[in-house]
Amino acid sequence: MKARTFWNAVCSVEDLVPESGIAVWTEDGPVALFYLPHRLPALFAISHTDPFSGANVLARGITGDLGGEPIVASPLYKQHFNLKTGACLEDDSVTVKTYPVLLDGNRILLETTENQREAVAA
Amino acid sequence: MSKKTLIVIGNGMVGHHFLEQFVASPGATEYEILVFGEEKQLAYDRVHLSEYFTGSTHADLAMGTADWYTGQGIKLQLNEPVTALDRDQRIVTTPKGEYGYDELVLATGSFPFVPPIEGREHAHCFVYRTLDDLDAIRASAQEGKSGVVVGGGLLGLEAANALRSLGLQAHVVEFAPRLMPVQLDTDGGALLRHKIEELGVQVHTEKATTDIVEGENARLRMNFSDDSHLETDLIVFSAGIRPQDALARASGLEVGERGGIVVNDQCTTSDPHIHAIGECALWDQRIFGLVAPGYTMARTLASVLNSDRDAAFTGADMSTKLKLLGVDVGSIGDAHGQTPGARNIRFNDEQAGHYRRMVISADGKTLLGAILVGDNSHYDTLLQYALNGIALPDNPETLILPEGQGGAPALGPDALPETASICSCHNVTKGDICGVIDAGCSDLAGVKAETKASTGCGGCTALLKNVVDNELEKRGVAVSKDLCEHFPYSRQDLFHLVKVNGIRTFRTLISQHGKGQGCDICKPVVGSILATCWNEHILATDHVPLQDTNDTFMANMQKNGTYSIVPRIPGGEITPDKLIVLGEVAKEYDLYTKITGGQRVDLFGATLSELPEIWEKLIAAGFETGHAYGKSLRTVKSCVGNTWCRYGVQDSVGMAIILENRYKGLRAPHKVKMAVSGCTRECAEAQSKDFGVIATENGWNLYVCGNGGMRPRHADLFATDLSDEELIRTIDRVVMFYVRTADRLQRTSVWMENLEGGLDYLKKVILEDSLGICAELEEHMNGIADTYQCEWKTAVEDPEKRKRFREFVNLPEQKDPVQQWTTERGQRRPVLESA
Repeated sequence: MKARTFWNAVCSVEDLVPESGIAVWTEDGPVALFYLPHRLPALFAISHTDPFSGANVLARGITGDLGGEPIVASPLYKQHFNLKTGACLEDDSVTVKTYPVLLDGNRILLETTENQREAVAA
Repeated sequence: MSKKTLIVIGNGMVGHHFLEQFVASPGATEYEILVFGEEKQLAYDRVHLSEYFTGSTHADLAMGTADWYTGQGIKLQLNEPVTALDRDQRIVTTPKGEYGYDELVLATGSFPFVPPIEGREHAHCFVYRTLDDLDAIRASAQEGKSGVVVGGGLLGLEAANALRSLGLQAHVVEFAPRLMPVQLDTDGGALLRHKIEELGVQVHTEKATTDIVEGENARLRMNFSDDSHLETDLIVFSAGIRPQDALARASGLEVGERGGIVVNDQCTTSDPHIHAIGECALWDQRIFGLVAPGYTMARTLASVLNSDRDAAFTGADMSTKLKLLGVDVGSIGDAHGQTPGARNIRFNDEQAGHYRRMVISADGKTLLGAILVGDNSHYDTLLQYALNGIALPDNPETLILPEGQGGAPALGPDALPETASICSCHNVTKGDICGVIDAGCSDLAGVKAETKASTGCGGCTALLKNVVDNELEKRGVAVSKDLCEHFPYSRQDLFHLVKVNGIRTFRTLISQHGKGQGCDICKPVVGSILATCWNEHILATDHVPLQDTNDTFMANMQKNGTYSIVPRIPGGEITPDKLIVLGEVAKEYDLYTKITGGQRVDLFGATLSELPEIWEKLIAAGFETGHAYGKSLRTVKSCVGNTWCRYGVQDSVGMAIILENRYKGLRAPHKVKMAVSGCTRECAEAQSKDFGVIATENGWNLYVCGNGGMRPRHADLFATDLSDEELIRTIDRVVMFYVRTADRLQRTSVWMENLEGGLDYLKKVILEDSLGICAELEEHMNGIADTYQCEWKTAVEDPEKRKRFREFVNLPEQKDPVQQWTTERGQRRPVLESA
C-alpha cells in the first residue's frame, strides 16, 4: 500500500537563493532546496544529509551541471549528486533521497510522506 | 659504540653531491663526517661560473647552505687546505691540526693547465676556475680594453663570453686548427668560428704562443711562433685541466702517467680506505671533465660506503649540449667517427648557419655519434638514439633534415625504452618517471620533486615534459589546459578575458566564453578572478553561488557541518583586552579553542546561525575577518623583533602588521602565507612561506615561493637589503603576477617551478621589468588595497546577507539533530563515528 503523501509549504520564493541552495526542516528530516533559474524546471529538492559524512550540509554545496545534468557538489568531500535523481556520480552504490517540489504562487511546496503543520491536500 | 670518521677533502660540486647522497643513506649514521675545503666559499656551481659577471652572486651559485651542513651534522671547515696525508696512521694534516679518519674521500677536483710560456707569471695573466679568479679578472678588466683567452675549448669560449660581458674586446687564441677540437669537426668548428666572430669575438687558430712581454699600446704583448703577435690588457689561460692529485701523489697512492688518482669501478684507490671521485679520479685511463660523470661517481661511492656490492662506476657518456656565446653546440658519443667502419651523414646549411653530422655504424642500424652547431633542436632525439641503441629508421638522414624537407618528427617518448636515461645529472630513467607517476604523481612539478629530474643542468627540461605529458595521457590523465567542461580556457586565459573585456559576472562570462551552467571547479575560480579584478563583496547576489562553502559563510566548515572562526590578529600581536574578548566569546558559545600555526586563535563548533552573532561581538571588540576560509592571504607570522629581542636588527612585528594589512582580503589562486623575521636566526620561519622577509643590518631580504605543508620547499632569495618601500613594491609585483598567471589551486612554489625560466625569469619580470608590466601590477595592487572592506562587517550590517545564515529557513529555532557533542580535556568536541 502506497504511503500517504502530502504537499507541504516549506518556505516562500524570497527565501530561495538563485543558483544555490537553502535548507528546510521537514518531518522527513532536513531537505535541501535548490533554485536554478536558468533551467526548466528550476526547483530541485534532495536530502540535506551528505551520505558520506552524515552531516547536514548539501544545501551549502556549489551547483551547476555536468554533461548537461543538474548537480550539486558536497561541500565536505566534493562528491557530485544529480539533483534530478539523487545519484552520486562518483559512487554508483550511493543515492540521496529526492523530493517532488512545486511552486504555488509565492509558496514552495514539497511532497513528503508525513503530515506537516501547513499541509495542503494533494 | 663510537662512530667512525669519514673525511671528505674538497668542497666542490662533486664533493657536495656525494654528501647529499651519502647523508640520505642508512650508512651515514655510522659516521661522523668532516669536510675540508680549500676555497673560502661553500661549494658552488662552476658550470654557470660566467653568470658571476652578469649579476649572480655566490649565494645564487651556491650548491647548499651552511645551515644544511649543520642540519645534517656535517662539520665543514672551509679555507683549510689539507697539506699532508699519512696513510699508515690514517691522519690528515691541515695548517690548523691533525685529524684521524676511518674512510677518506678525495674530491679535490682539478686545476687549470697553464702552458709553460715565458712571461706567464705576469700580473695580468689569470686562470678561470674559482670565484677568486673571477674577482681578480674583474678588477683587472676595469682599467683594460681588451682580453685574450688562450684555449678555444668549451671553457675557453665561456671565458671569452665572460670577458665580453666585462666590456672587453675579446680574443680567442687556439693552438689547434679549429675551435672545440675535441667535440667538433672541421666544418662544425668553422661554422662556430664564423658565428662567434659575428658577435665581435676575434678568433686566432693555429697559434702557438712563444712568450709574453710588455706591450706598447696595451699592457701585454703575446708573440706567436709564426712571428705574428697580439697586444692585450689581460690574458686568461683556459688550455685544459689537470687532476689535482698532489696529495695522493705525495702519500704514495697510485696515480696515472699523466696525472689522476687511479680508481677502480668502486671509486676506491690503491688504498682500500681511500676513495676518489670527480675530476681528480682516473678511471680506465680516463679523466672525466664534466659534472655529470662526477655525480655518477659520487652516487656510486655513496652506495659502496653502504656496503652495496653491486655498486660500480662503468664509465659515463661525455655528450654535451650547450649554448656558447648564444650559439648552440652539441656533441654526442663518437663525434669524430673513430669507430671502424663508421659512416657519416652531413647536413650543412651555410645560409641558415646550421651544421649537423651523424656518425652511423657500418651496418647502418645504430647512431654512434653526432655533431650539431647552430641549432640544438635535434640533440635530444639523436642522444636517445645513440645512448639506447634504438634502431635507426630506413632513411636516417631524415633525422637531421629540416622539418618540411623530409625531416622526421622528433623521436616520440613512446619510442624510448624504460631504461632510457632522461636526466643524466641525477640518473633518472624513463622507468623511474613512470614509477613515480604510477605511485600517484600527476604533474611535471611533482615528478621533478620526486625524482630530482631536470634539477641539475636543466638540459632535459623539454624532454622530461614530453615524457611526463605522454605518460599522463596514456594513463588517461587529461593534460588539457581546459579548466573544466564549461570553459575551454586555463585560469590565466580566463583572467585576461575578465580583465580585458571588463566582465563583472559569472553569467556574462559563461554565456560569452563558455557553455552550460558551470560547476564546483570553474565557479570558485571565476569568483576568485572577479574578486581580484573588481574587489566587490563576495556575498553580492551575483557572486554568492560562485563561492566554496567556506567563502559563502566566511568560516571553515568542519566534518560535522559546524564552522570554525579565525579573527585576524595581524603579525600575531594582540592586546590582553582583545584576548579576553576571544575567551569570553568562546565561553559563551562553547567553542573549542586552539592556537593555530599562524599565530592566531581558531574557535571551533559554531553553527551557521551563530556565525553572525559571534561576529557582531568580535567586530564590536575591533576584530576583522581573518580570511582563514579564503584562497587569499592568511597570516604574516613574525618574531618579536628588535623592540624586545637582544638579537633583532629590525622591527619585524611592525613590518608584519604593515604587510598583513596591505594584502589582507586579496583573492588569489590559492592561499598565501607570509612571515617576517627580525634577524638571520629566522625564528618566524620565513623561508617556508610564499613570501618570507628576513631583516638585515641594511634593510630586508625577500625570499619567495617557499612552502611548508605536504611538499615543503625552501623559499628562494629574491632580492636583498630592500628598504620598506622597495620591499612592499617588490611583493606587490610578485603577488599580482602570481595572481594573474597561476593555475587554479597552484601555490606559489609550484607556480614558479612551472614558469618557463623559473627564478631567473621571475627576477627579470619583477626586478628588471622585462615585460613592461610592473607599473600596471603595482597600480592593480594599490586599487585592491584601497577598496578593502571587512567582509564580515559588511555582512552583519546587511539584513539580506544575514538571511543566508539560517540553518533551516522555515524553522529558525530548530537545531541540527546530527551534531552530537562530548567533552575532552575540558573542551567540547564532536562525537566521532565509531567506524
